[in-house]
Amino acid sequence: MTRTALLFLLLAVTASTAVSADVTAFVGAHVIPVDGPEIDEGVVLVEDGRIKAVGPTSDIDVPGNATVVECAGKVIMPGLVCTHSHIGGWGGGDKSDPIAPEARILDAINVRDSGFMRARAGGLTSLNIMPGSGLLLSGQTLYVKLRESETVEGMAYLDDDGAMLGGIKMANGTNSRGKPPYPGTRSQSAALVRQRYIQAQEYLEKIDRADGDASKLPSRDLGLEALGRALRGEVIVHHHTHRHDDIMTVLRLREEFGLRVVLHHVSEGWRVADLIAAAEVPCSLIIVDSPGGKLEAVNLAFDTGAILADAGVDIAYHTDDWITDSRYFLRMAAMGVRGGLSREKALESVTLAGARMLDLEERIGSLTRGKDADLVVLSGDPFSVYTRVEQTWIEGTRVFDLDDPDQRLYAEGGFGATHDQDVYLCCQGGHQ
Amino acid sequence: MRTLLCLTVSLLLFGCAANAGIAVRGEIVYPVAGDPITDGIVLVEDGRITAVGPAGDIDIPEGWEVRRAAVVTPGLIDARATVGLSGQYNTDHDQDVLERTEPVQAQLRAIDAYNGRERLVDWVRSFGVTTVNTGHAPGQVVSGQTMVVKTSGRPLAETVLVETAAVTAFVGKPPRPWGQPAGPQTTRSMQVARLRQSLVDAQEYTAKIVRAEDDDDAVAPARDLRLEALATVLAGETPLLVTANRAHDITGALRIAEEFGITVWLSGAVEAQGVIDEIREAGVPIVVHPTTKRAYGDYRSFSFTTAAVLRDAGIRTVFQSGYESYVPKTRVVLFEAAMAIPYGLDRADALEMITLEPARLLGIDDRVGSLEIGKDADLALYDGDPFEYTTHCTATMIDGRWEWEGER
Repeated sequence: MTRTALLFLLLAVTASTAVSADVTAFVGAHVIPVDGPEIDEGVVLVEDGRIKAVGPTSDIDVPGNATVVECAGKVIMPGLVCTHSHIGGWGGGDKSDPIAPEARILDAINVRDSGFMRARAGGLTSLNIMPGSGLLLSGQTLYVKLRESETVEGMAYLDDDGAMLGGIKMANGTNSRGKPPYPGTRSQSAALVRQRYIQAQEYLEKIDRADGDASKLPSRDLGLEALGRALRGEVIVHHHTHRHDDIMTVLRLREEFGLRVVLHHVSEGWRVADLIAAAEVPCSLIIVDSPGGKLEAVNLAFDTGAILADAGVDIAYHTDDWITDSRYFLRMAAMGVRGGLSREKALESVTLAGARMLDLEERIGSLTRGKDADLVVLSGDPFSVYTRVEQTWIEGTRVFDLDDPDQRLYAEGGFGATHDQDVYLCCQGGHQ
Repeated sequence: MRTLLCLTVSLLLFGCAANAGIAVRGEIVYPVAGDPITDGIVLVEDGRITAVGPAGDIDIPEGWEVRRAAVVTPGLIDARATVGLSGQYNTDHDQDVLERTEPVQAQLRAIDAYNGRERLVDWVRSFGVTTVNTGHAPGQVVSGQTMVVKTSGRPLAETVLVETAAVTAFVGKPPRPWGQPAGPQTTRSMQVARLRQSLVDAQEYTAKIVRAEDDDDAVAPARDLRLEALATVLAGETPLLVTANRAHDITGALRIAEEFGITVWLSGAVEAQGVIDEIREAGVPIVVHPTTKRAYGDYRSFSFTTAAVLRDAGIRTVFQSGYESYVPKTRVVLFEAAMAIPYGLDRADALEMITLEPARLLGIDDRVGSLEIGKDADLALYDGDPFEYTTHCTATMIDGRWEWEGER
């Protein structure tokens, strides 16, 4: 290697913020830590991909070796967490069984889907990617960090043993209905689901009774194994549900089987807010620009978030991308504010509350010392229509930069902005 | 006494507001036809605007209702909607938005299917939308007609501004109505061939009528509603509103405009940025795709910047809520304009593109689209910047009546 090339390489390495052990200082922005008061002019210090310090400019010493990202006049907040997304693959389940717990979305995700770039351009840094709502139980979801990666393993959140983390996706109401073997009614929907969870309980009991004796173990069943994890509370059940009575059906199911549940969509949650609050079940909501489009969403309202939050329910929003575009995720929370939600709750609803609903609140969701350095640099207030996402950072690495013309394409759209996209079409044309 | 009299009269003539005066006072009033007015007043009497100006210049007659708002704009105009033919339940019961009997259905009138009391109409009205060009959805080669109507939900005799505003045509991959099977396989070449053939048929139909008028021996053709409607397009009385999104669909529509010498308005025009010179040269206005459209199918290359780029290129551009087959069942034209602003659209232009500009395009600017003396008293009131996500529409006035009051 020539001396010049070596020097160039050294410079490149020094300049790159991607290299760990680097220190990056975001200086001068209005900082919204989410877990504490907003800071008018602050510094976010990042080391080894983690947040090292957050505070007013006057309180934080920026080390001499730090790469400084000048952010005067900008707003910095935690990377956005979406609890319900369908980017990266077709995930509606197939026609074989209305309950398919063995199906994993991780086996269907195309990491090159341009939807991931558009999500980064919208300030998203973590997603719960789910199979669709066309089945009563459409499979296992995957929690991903929007790192640039050649493989799904490189994006997935992993537990201490290196296993990929995710939950279980369920649905009730009308999306999951159809011709046999699909349920034709709500009662049949509930009966099918209860029967399968009872099977899983029995499966777990057999395993317990075997007490390690291989000859007594039941044949391994991937589906019952997955349900067993839900029964033991190891994973969260993410449950699509709209109508008030469907919501109550989920709460009954949760009670009967001791499941950990997050309610998703919850269009009529405002009708049963106190009951949801009493059950202490969190809700992940969606707002679309008009009610209806399907019967069970005709009572969707902008103020559902405010009503639930006032009742004491932990609320988040989600994109359901492609139902709404990830680039409008901040708008979702802003529409919640339009519906009466407080600014604080709204900020939490797209960050820390979502993290809690994925069991990831120790790692992400706020600008807190020790957490992953996932953050967004905005041109202005997060809830203003005039604000643009300028930069998105994940674990100290910039994954989106509006100033880069190639990346700007994904922020604005145009020819080529949707390459490698396998659009998820929900239930339409699915099993019906 | 005056109030009492008014109440009595209102009971008799349904609508006190239409008979007595209302003064609307805004911290900022946007007449659109002129510069914004700080602390402005709009006077309304008998359903019309009688004065617009700074508070210092206008005396509010004694006893008039005074309504205050942070911002007052003209009632918004949605240049291409489906509300009223499309309902929020999205079941057979409330979907009259796309007949699929035959490829060319120019005879289908919007007035025969429009439900002014549909909740989607209420919904858009509650954001300040007072006039819509609504009708049959894109899907067939010619789906049917659109009409221009006020969103008050009052009888059509009172609310229709233009009975046949446009005949709608479509080139591209048809949207699929919710719950319905895919339509017959179709190609762009066949769509255009059918459109051209039907226009040729209408030319011959018109020629036969003319011949029969001139020549006693010639027999007039049997009356054909479909060809009659297309004949109005050929005669330049009705524009052909062509939904064309891909660049090659846009140029295809321009080719038809030239071949038949007809007035074409392009709807959607997702890939307009690729053929902008051709569009400008053709002098065709654009009813641009909703800014929040989803990126798939013919919309895969849609851009948040399209509206700004078209406007900057000097092409007449207006916004639409368009057609949605699923969720949300309608978009709101206020949001579509708002969300184009961070992507280069001038804020004042954005307001004009949902008020006066569509009024001009639809030929109704003598009635609506701006706050000017003599125009219909269609107003939208907001508690802040109308384009901001967190602002509410607090009242909507149509023809001098409060048709929405609340906080949305």
